[in-house]
Amino acid sequence: MIRVYLKLVVFLGLVALVGAAGFAGWRFATSDAEVSAADVTPTPELIEKGRYLTAAADCAACHTTPGGKPFAGGVAFDLPFGTIYSTNITADDSTGIGLWSDDEFVRALHKGVGKDGRNLYPAFPYTSYTGLTRDDAVAIKAYLFSLPKERVAEKENTLAFPFNQRWAMTFWNVAFLDQKRFRPDPGLDHVANRGAYLATALGHCGECHTPRNLAFALSGKEFAGAEIRGWHAYNITPDRDEGVGAWTDSQLASYLSTGHAEGRGAASGPMAEVIVNSTKLLTKPDIDALVAYMRTVEPRKGDGGVRVAESPKSMTTSTAWAAAPSGAENGLGAKVFQGACASCHQWNGKGQQTPYAALAGTRAVSDPEGVNLVHVMLEGTDLRSVHQAAWMPKFAEAYTDAELAAVANYVIGHFGGKEGKVTPEMVSERRATAK
Amino acid sequence: MSAPVLASPSRRLVLQAGGGLSLAFLFGGRVSAQDASPQAKLEAAAAGDAAFAPNAFIRIDKTGPIRLVIPNVDMGQGIYATEAAMMAEELEVGLGQVVVEHAPPIEPLYQTPLFKSQITGGSTSVRAFYKGLRQVGAAARTMLVGAAAEQWGVPAESLKAENGKVVDPANNRSATYGELAEAAAKQPVPDLEKVALKEPKDFKLLGTPFRRVDTADKTNGKLEFGIDSKVEGMQVATLALCPHVGGKVKSLKIDEAKKVPGVRDVIQIEGGVAVSGKHFWAAKMGLEALEIEWDEGPHADFSTESHFKALDETSRTGKALVAASEGDVTKVTGKKVEAIYRLPMLAHAALEPLNATVHVRPDACEIWVGTQVPVRAVQIAAKVAGLREDQVILHQHYLGGGFGRRLEVDSIETAVKFAKQVPYPLKLVWTREEDMQHDVPRPAYLDRMSATLGDDGFPLAFTDRVTGASVAARWAPVILRKDGFDSDTTECAAEMVYHVPNTHVEWAPFQMPEALPIGWWRGVGPTHNLFTVESFFDELAHAAGKDPVEYRLKLLSKNPRAAATLKDAAGKIGWGEKIGPRRGRGIATGAPFGAFTTAAVEVEVSPQGEIRIVKAVCSVDCGVVMNPNTVEAQIQGGLVFGWTMALYGALTYENGAAQQSNFHDYRMMRMNETPHIDVSILKSGEAPGGIGEVGTAIAAPALTNAIFAATGVRIRELPIDRKLLIENGDAKKKNVTEREAPDRKAPKRDLAEATAAGGAS
Amino acid sequence: MISINVNGEDRQVDGPEDMPLLWALRDVLGMTGTKFGCGVAQCGACTVHVNGQAVRSCVLPIGTLKDAKVTTVEAVGQSEQGKKIQQAWLDVEVVQCGYCQSGQIMSAAALLQHNPNPSDADIDAAMSGNICRCGTYVRVRQAIKQAATGEKVAMQTIPNDAEAVR
Ligand code: FES
Ligand code: FES
Repeated sequence: MIRVYLKLVVFLGLVALVGAAGFAGWRFATSDAEVSAADVTPTPELIEKGRYLTAAADCAACHTTPGGKPFAGGVAFDLPFGTIYSTNITADDSTGIGLWSDDEFVRALHKGVGKDGRNLYPAFPYTSYTGLTRDDAVAIKAYLFSLPKERVAEKENTLAFPFNQRWAMTFWNVAFLDQKRFRPDPGLDHVANRGAYLATALGHCGECHTPRNLAFALSGKEFAGAEIRGWHAYNITPDRDEGVGAWTDSQLASYLSTGHAEGRGAASGPMAEVIVNSTKLLTKPDIDALVAYMRTVEPRKGDGGVRVAESPKSMTTSTAWAAAPSGAENGLGAKVFQGACASCHQWNGKGQQTPYAALAGTRAVSDPEGVNLVHVMLEGTDLRSVHQAAWMPKFAEAYTDAELAAVANYVIGHFGGKEGKVTPEMVSERRATAK
Repeated sequence: MSAPVLASPSRRLVLQAGGGLSLAFLFGGRVSAQDASPQAKLEAAAAGDAAFAPNAFIRIDKTGPIRLVIPNVDMGQGIYATEAAMMAEELEVGLGQVVVEHAPPIEPLYQTPLFKSQITGGSTSVRAFYKGLRQVGAAARTMLVGAAAEQWGVPAESLKAENGKVVDPANNRSATYGELAEAAAKQPVPDLEKVALKEPKDFKLLGTPFRRVDTADKTNGKLEFGIDSKVEGMQVATLALCPHVGGKVKSLKIDEAKKVPGVRDVIQIEGGVAVSGKHFWAAKMGLEALEIEWDEGPHADFSTESHFKALDETSRTGKALVAASEGDVTKVTGKKVEAIYRLPMLAHAALEPLNATVHVRPDACEIWVGTQVPVRAVQIAAKVAGLREDQVILHQHYLGGGFGRRLEVDSIETAVKFAKQVPYPLKLVWTREEDMQHDVPRPAYLDRMSATLGDDGFPLAFTDRVTGASVAARWAPVILRKDGFDSDTTECAAEMVYHVPNTHVEWAPFQMPEALPIGWWRGVGPTHNLFTVESFFDELAHAAGKDPVEYRLKLLSKNPRAAATLKDAAGKIGWGEKIGPRRGRGIATGAPFGAFTTAAVEVEVSPQGEIRIVKAVCSVDCGVVMNPNTVEAQIQGGLVFGWTMALYGALTYENGAAQQSNFHDYRMMRMNETPHIDVSILKSGEAPGGIGEVGTAIAAPALTNAIFAATGVRIRELPIDRKLLIENGDAKKKNVTEREAPDRKAPKRDLAEATAAGGAS
Repeated sequence: MISINVNGEDRQVDGPEDMPLLWALRDVLGMTGTKFGCGVAQCGACTVHVNGQAVRSCVLPIGTLKDAKVTTVEAVGQSEQGKKIQQAWLDVEVVQCGYCQSGQIMSAAALLQHNPNPSDADIDAAMSGNICRCGTYVRVRQAIKQAATGEKVAMQTIPNDAEAVR
């Protein structure tokens, strides 16, 4: 943590002192111009369009706290250099964005600048939203303004110096904000282009799935997999080993619209939130467009990619009700699994009561480090709004680090066919970031 | 013998007869139209129209099985069969010839003398009714034999009763009890205190492993618990109570809930909201669609951390009431050993979630529920419904576990509050989450123990200062001493099995927030005090460098019954035999509920701190045994209950709200953690002791003493923090209780204090 | 209306697709032998058989059942294994409060169905999803052994029928 921090400081210093001037000139030259217009009067159609786009842009993920008032902000983002809270984007005049003009709202999405002209932090994904059309941005605003106004006290960000210096973001923007509206790729058909718009400008998939560089900006390894809130956001390029190249179209579509794909498992953690708040609300044509676009992305391998192995014998020779003898059945991990897990997950990888409990073929159990696996055990999952039985309680409280490490390793061995490398220390560290 | 039929005689008659009859009148007497004494009226009410009902417990008709009325309720302990067997033994009938009935809520007839109330709890049933129920059986038999003697014109002495018949061996004739019923009703009622009772050695039934009455119906789904009651026209509801103790509903939006298909009504009381509907699922979906804002109430700052801080404060400075004092502990000099023990609050988590089905009508309130306190249930229902007690009809059901939770009537009170707002019978079912978060928990304790050892290493003085809240102060103030002393808080510490010449045990009362009542929990005082006392005496043995069994035996020289169980259990666990690394044996002895008991446990602790119970033995002398099968079952189950507490049990609070909610965070021992448990029942002719809570009370110290033997880590705080048991080669870290607060969010201890007091050195 | 096959009979349930089978059984069909303990698949009190396999009905939406055959504790005695289990439960006297026992019986019967001669470890693996708050685990294990092997492995109780009275 300290090292990241120091490197960031040095990096920002360098950007500020050296590269800024010339680069800035180039950026300005290539930026799309901002059009100014009078505020539009919202129509029901515009609001309805905005509702859909707001879902597609997954605004709720960051601006609605669990159980809180919609879009009233206050969601905490724990970054290596402090905590940022999302803002209230309801139309409340004093604590929300009620006084913002269309122009100001569009400028925020496109340039990351607030009404007061101060820079916003790129935890707000304006590097993606910059691709939105003005019409779409205005529709989103119209929808937000149609909702109840919520007055909530703003939470103070707790950023350490120099990250609390908002002006410094100007340099960051110069380096990393490519202010361009989305342009269709002539090499793709209109379906794939629609998917591209959904995946980038609206859905900002890359914000999680694309690895970040030292300055916390997205690197060029688009969609090659990254870490977010301690979870793996897996590789979603068409790479056959580490990405989703081996998934069928219908598996991808099903995953996006229901959070589950037969033979690939269920979404959990931040991706489950995306599904609940966003992708499950997309129309079938838009889901198909997303899938079509994802097929056109360049296959890449990322760092620490997870590869799903052949179905292991331990699992394929097990039945729904009993584990095939593997030598691990008397270990601590197996015992915990028998008691707390087997009722839903069973031993043959198919899951019980609900297909969402299937573990066969999932990347979570194929990762020897069990990153997402341990997080799921610590935090649970909740896709109930998609499927009533698709959720799991959190087991952090009553099980020790040693027990969770043991059961993770058992699961990785039994369902993933790999040797689990989870240690109690790792579980203990992940507890710290678990919700 | 088959499962009870529901008996619900007219309460009206009962209450007209008035209450307050003394115990002396409770047994004997019979129904007679002429006899207008209050007692007779009560019994008439209880008896219904049986041909022969010589007392409140036995009903014999011309045809059909003999009916026995069981004063206690079943919550797993098998009391129906046990109490039926007491009567059947003297009545000379087989258990196959009887059916049993739940006693109706008529306190003067069916009260447990100890509590002067109709209550099942405290492992009192056998102790309370052992004599009386045999007497009523013998009295009825005497009358039946008398009737036959009169009919046949022979002396009663020439006849004998067996298998539900009176037999005249000389003339080779016999008559069934049914045939004699009407004539027997006219026989004089013998004086209960004068009827001859069998010697235990002549028992045919008691003492053998006989079958319970309810097993078959509990294996085929037929038996109805309260939660299974089905009432014509009923709606099912579930509820959300304010998560913060003492809080209430601030605002409520019901529109979305009303839209859920199957939802009937949204009903509100001050502390919560219920949704009723066609089935539980509709009610639950409706409840989830509600928008409820809570007013956190006055105790939002209550937390486990603040609670233990306050306990510690009281422990240091609070005025104490003396439980027992012998000799003079202040005059003794020698090696001083001190320790502080901390026990958490506990949830009951009976497997059947709280529930009650209630139908309030303008002139009556009918309740279907399983309760340990039927009379209290009737009283609270009458109060809430604004009716007279004789307008309340209670249908007693089997309990899906009690453990003390169903000694409380808060759930019945809540159910009546909701039900009186709707015209239909309302079945209110708590979710597991609501059940756990609105428990009436076992209180937390903080105990300071000290001892002074003589040159031989044996204690010359022992002191124990218990700090905690009194359950009895709210629940049964009558059992308090005049000065307010609650003997439950020091039970098994003030009256130890060991002999120490100078002892002083006292209790510093602690006041819980009023909105968070605390309750009885299986094993009550003994579960708390046997853990501290048996752990501490283990510490003393180690401080003296002596074997814990030898050490205890010496201290038990005046207590042969306890010593016998100790020797027996030690032998059976293989005490002293060689054992592998990170394995250890532990032992604990006590006499909870009048049963002398020793548990011995062998554990293995993994280098990562995980505990495996390898094997366990429990040796018990509980006096005359009613049903050895039940004794074994209660001990085995009780141990699992107690180990579960030791390993995982803690209900913690934050912002005035309980933090645990279901079995994923309030953990239960499971089968693959449970060793074989060998129960050894020592033969004894002494008066029977209780058994339902004995295993629970003795479980934890045997386990933690074994953990000490395996790891050198003394567990002074429950539940066991397994992080303390991680092997790391660092001796200081190994005994963290002496060094620092374990890293759990719950009880934060006072570091300086723990350092000063801790350690057996 | 959703049609489900319970104990060999097609029954109509008026409820939503996502309603767990547990509540359809208990509150719609009035079959209360199957118990509610936790609602989160952690205790096993609600165990029934679906196509011969032990499943937790509290988290099983009725909409997913289709033609599946549901067996509940009310009918488990009709199978040979179920009958054996119930008899062993009586002989060894497993039950205490009994609330978990419907689920224990269903899990045990399914185990024997698939593994007629389970070892202690097999029993632990198959039964550890069933919580018994009364702590009857030792006897559950013994009764399953006894049901499987016919060997008397624990204290037996004397039946209470009239003939047995001495
Ligand atoms: S009620 Fe279904 S597992 Fe507990
Ligand atoms: S017998 Fe009571 S919960 Fe198992």
